[in-house]
Amino acid sequence: MKLQKNTLFALYSVLESAASPGRQFSAGEVARKYGISPHHLAKVLRTLGRAGLVESVRGVGGGYRFAGNAKRLTLMDVIQLFETIHTPAARRGGRRAGVERGVATILSEIDEIAKATFQSISIATMLKLVGRQRSG
Amino acid sequence: MSATGPAALRVRSVRAGDLEQVAAIDLEITRQPKPGYWAQIHRRYGSGRRQERFFLVADAGGRIEGFVIGEVRDWEFGSPPCGWVFAISVRPKTRQAGVGSRLLEAICEGFRRLRVAKVRTMLSRDNQLILSFFRSQGMMAAPFIPLEADLGPPGAAAP
Repeated sequence: MKLQKNTLFALYSVLESAASPGRQFSAGEVARKYGISPHHLAKVLRTLGRAGLVESVRGVGGGYRFAGNAKRLTLMDVIQLFETIHTPAARRGGRRAGVERGVATILSEIDEIAKATFQSISIATMLKLVGRQRSG
Repeated sequence: MSATGPAALRVRSVRAGDLEQVAAIDLEITRQPKPGYWAQIHRRYGSGRRQERFFLVADAGGRIEGFVIGEVRDWEFGSPPCGWVFAISVRPKTRQAGVGSRLLEAICEGFRRLRVAKVRTMLSRDNQLILSFFRSQGMMAAPFIPLEADLGPPGAAAP
């Protein structure tokens, strides 16, 4: 399973900000931590801002802070702002036949499992997992 | 796993007198009446005769707020003995109060006492509510993949 770069940067930003709700962070801070271009990350943060997941804080020391509900927001909610994990009719089989249809069926199975996994993990659950891995 | 929840709540083994409330909770959630089913489940999991079988209820002063059913199974699917949770349900109006966490913790403690090191469950991938619950309790994807096939009528060719 591979997510696009923008999607990964969005997940990092949401998880970093939700880990310390109320704390402001700058795009540069997250960009440095994950070795991302600040310019690239700023675009991602704008998308997250428009979706109401982070809010920008203006002025000296301004930046962004988490604005979502960590218990309700799922990984899928963040991912689908940047890419689509669904099974288009063409992939499910559609009018295809033979080998092509067989391969499409298996790819569809994988998509459905990935989608269910992302939908079942909230940001709060993900932060608990990160905490367990740190302490373990 | 979290052990929070209403202070007055007690998790205990099911009694025959609880079955009406258990069936009502299930009906409220699934909308599927199952006549005779709960008495059968009670005989199988709630008799107390088999220590590896668990049928627990969350009792808040006589009102059953939820239940959990499971058992330890040995070497199924090639796995060393592990605890399986078959069902967990909480009254919709009582959710988000830690009842499910208390039930799951109680059955896991029962599994631990039988010296098993893993708890597993299986559910529909469309069941986001319960999937999210188990995930929030720290459960992860298991190294098993469930498979199925349509059998067709008697005498049909193998899938």
